[in-house]
Amino acid sequence: MKQPPQKKDGPPVASSVAASERGVDRPVEKERKKDLPPPRMQFDDESRVDKAKRRSLLNQPEARNRVELFRHLPPHKNGSQLPYLESKFFELHEMHPSVYKVGLQYLTGDTSGGNARCIAMLQAFQEAIRDYSTPPEKTLNRDLTSKIGGFVSFLIECRPLSMSMGNAIRFLKSRIARLPLTLSESEAKAALCSDIDRFINEKIVLADKVILRHAATKIRDGDVLLTYGSSCVVEMILLYAHEIGKQFRVVVVDSRPMLEGQKQLRRLVAKGLSCTYTQLNAISYVMHEVTRVFLGASSIFSNGTVYSRVGTASVAMVAHAFHVPVLVCCEAYKFHERVQLDSICFNELGDPDAVSKVPGREDVNYLDNLTDKQKENLQLLNLKYDATPSDYISVIVTDYGMIPPTSVPVIVREYRKEYLLI
Amino acid sequence: MPDTQALVNDFLNKLKKRKIEGSQATAKQTAELLRSVISQTRVPYTNQAAALIQSVKAVGEGLIAANPVELAVGNVVRRVLHIIREEDLSLTTAAMAGLNLSAVSDDEDDVGGDNQPVLSAAAIAAASRSTLRPPSLQTLLEDVPDSAAVPHTSSSGGDSEGKSKSADKSSRSRKLKHDVIEAVNELIQDINTCHEQIAEQAVENIHQNEVILTLGSSRTVLEFLCAAKEKKRSFRVFVAEGAPRYQGHLLAKELVTRGLQTTLITDSAVFAMISRVNMVIVGAHAVMANGGVIAPVGLNMVALAAQKHAVPFVVLAGSHKLCPLYPHHPEVLLNELRSPSELLDFGEFSDCLDFGSGIGAPLLHVVNPTFDYVPPKLVSLFITDTGGHNPSYIAEIYQLFVTSLRGEDMKFKSEIMKTNCVAGGNLVKS
Repeated sequence: MKQPPQKKDGPPVASSVAASERGVDRPVEKERKKDLPPPRMQFDDESRVDKAKRRSLLNQPEARNRVELFRHLPPHKNGSQLPYLESKFFELHEMHPSVYKVGLQYLTGDTSGGNARCIAMLQAFQEAIRDYSTPPEKTLNRDLTSKIGGFVSFLIECRPLSMSMGNAIRFLKSRIARLPLTLSESEAKAALCSDIDRFINEKIVLADKVILRHAATKIRDGDVLLTYGSSCVVEMILLYAHEIGKQFRVVVVDSRPMLEGQKQLRRLVAKGLSCTYTQLNAISYVMHEVTRVFLGASSIFSNGTVYSRVGTASVAMVAHAFHVPVLVCCEAYKFHERVQLDSICFNELGDPDAVSKVPGREDVNYLDNLTDKQKENLQLLNLKYDATPSDYISVIVTDYGMIPPTSVPVIVREYRKEYLLI
Repeated sequence: MPDTQALVNDFLNKLKKRKIEGSQATAKQTAELLRSVISQTRVPYTNQAAALIQSVKAVGEGLIAANPVELAVGNVVRRVLHIIREEDLSLTTAAMAGLNLSAVSDDEDDVGGDNQPVLSAAAIAAASRSTLRPPSLQTLLEDVPDSAAVPHTSSSGGDSEGKSKSADKSSRSRKLKHDVIEAVNELIQDINTCHEQIAEQAVENIHQNEVILTLGSSRTVLEFLCAAKEKKRSFRVFVAEGAPRYQGHLLAKELVTRGLQTTLITDSAVFAMISRVNMVIVGAHAVMANGGVIAPVGLNMVALAAQKHAVPFVVLAGSHKLCPLYPHHPEVLLNELRSPSELLDFGEFSDCLDFGSGIGAPLLHVVNPTFDYVPPKLVSLFITDTGGHNPSYIAEIYQLFVTSLRGEDMKFKSEIMKTNCVAGGNLVKS
């Protein structure tokens, strides 16, 4: 059985499958171990990195000048990998084409945002499951699980998983594991596909509708709402509130290097909202007139820390200093039992060259043409996420209602079982 | 004066069009301009300090109005006025001490004058004391009547003593200008060397294996860090790029050229990285009288993050940046908005700038401020060319400075003077 090289995705399913084989008498430690988040790939350990390299499909270039603090994180794989991957397509016979397509979309950055990535991945898995047929001498459960594991490790190589994707994979694997053995193959496949559809529908689409309704009650006429970057949930809230006739103004705060706010700005202005656009540095200047701050999240951890696009922590901190309430809008399936205190233990590194190059501004390209000696001393750091401490958050709007940050572990504990048992 | 007028106009234009970058350059050019104004001013025999003050004030007001946000101009004008008053005072006390005036004759001369400050033995004694002792709160409060009194007493003294003094006076008139110009030269020298003096304090503040964070680019910070590097301190620097001017890129380039380990980060990553930083060192555009800092945009965010993580926030400022004004609404009144094209490309967003929809007003506004205000409670330390100070100490030294230089408050001061001199006279006589 092919073990996934990076054990990032869900508890070791092999142990649960093996245990169900052995029957009821399972040692108690395995039970407890299943609840702990699995250990992650250590990128500062040379031997493990070499092992992973030998197994990897992508050609990982030696990242020059890696920032010391972040040696434990994988270096960024940028779009230059694309031709290499394309050439390897016909060698990857285990890979389903839709999974491959989704992986490429992640690699180039075409698909970004927690919900979008999760939905794309689940739909690709649906396709793969429909086309799947059990090889002889193998059971559906174990073989399909290992195939999914293979897909996941490919996607991880294209771009590290987001928390939402990790939770969705865990859900899928547990569904596969709980399939009654009496089902025929076609019935099992149909059941799995409908489960995935229900997951997407209930946990994402309907959850978003509930969040819209809750959050719109917090918007009054005459409000000035601040949003950071580009969060699909916040955009939906703003458009919904505009539709139901509330009068408000939006301040869109943006930051380098992704400049995601510009896309959201365009969509908001197209729908007729009155917007102000500014960069993150000017946040103290605009915060005087802001009445509410709406933020999206990639995940929320059990200690109430919000894991979101880099810069969100600064926005929340300045809002807190100016006594402006901060509302984080996040579906409950993104909650995670991990805890994190700062943004360094776990993060994602982006393309370092995106920091030194400023697109569209030729006058400020000071870092072109550096000598070797200069390059030796210069390191570029492009973080993708950061962790906002819970004391800056006023309320979290989820599909379970509006909760304070301290209630997140409760939701994780109480409702995690519920969705696993759909 | 036509020469100076052309120079003044030229400088005014540069200020209005924001052609001069940086407070040091502005301060230096202002001082040089005022120096030429002073040397070209024709001073009468009597009350020459007042004439100099008048001409400097006239030019100064125009300069300040051209660029109200560039506070270094006003600071230099005030310093030059202070220099004129100081030089005049020291000349007068030297002259008086040399001429052996008796207390009685002077009292008789001045007792009839309205608004004529009294030159009593006490005042002379106080003036001579002030030139000998370093300034303290007491001497500065005593000085106020004397410095305002000096122009008048020189005239009244001259009239009463007769022609024997006229020769001294003319030599003294030339001497006043000469002294003032010398002092202004010293001021220009100070402005030029403020970076070195601040950099000298670098070694005391940076230890080994430190991690330092800075945002944008400041020449003072660059010299500071390089001075520490020269003295063989090993440390690393995180430079935040400081959008939308991206001056952090420039600073990073300079630092790596001089061999410092530098990491360039985006402004959004400041909160993420600040927990691993030992010290934040930044430059300032101006320091206000309450200890608040007018700094490049983004530094309030950095200061708040530093406070949250208990990281010292150190501001480096040359003394030409210390401004005796209190900031009221500094985000709006002491700020400048730059072109939106630095944030959004006009071509790309031309469809959003459509006026056609609904109310006919543009739906999209773009805000691009240049400066940020950092309140004094977020600043741990100021390092100026005179040493390291607390923000509250900055407020204190400027309280004292302000009381000693407001010439336009002379009427108010004369009332204080009369009460002081009477009391002082009793003391000396007994």
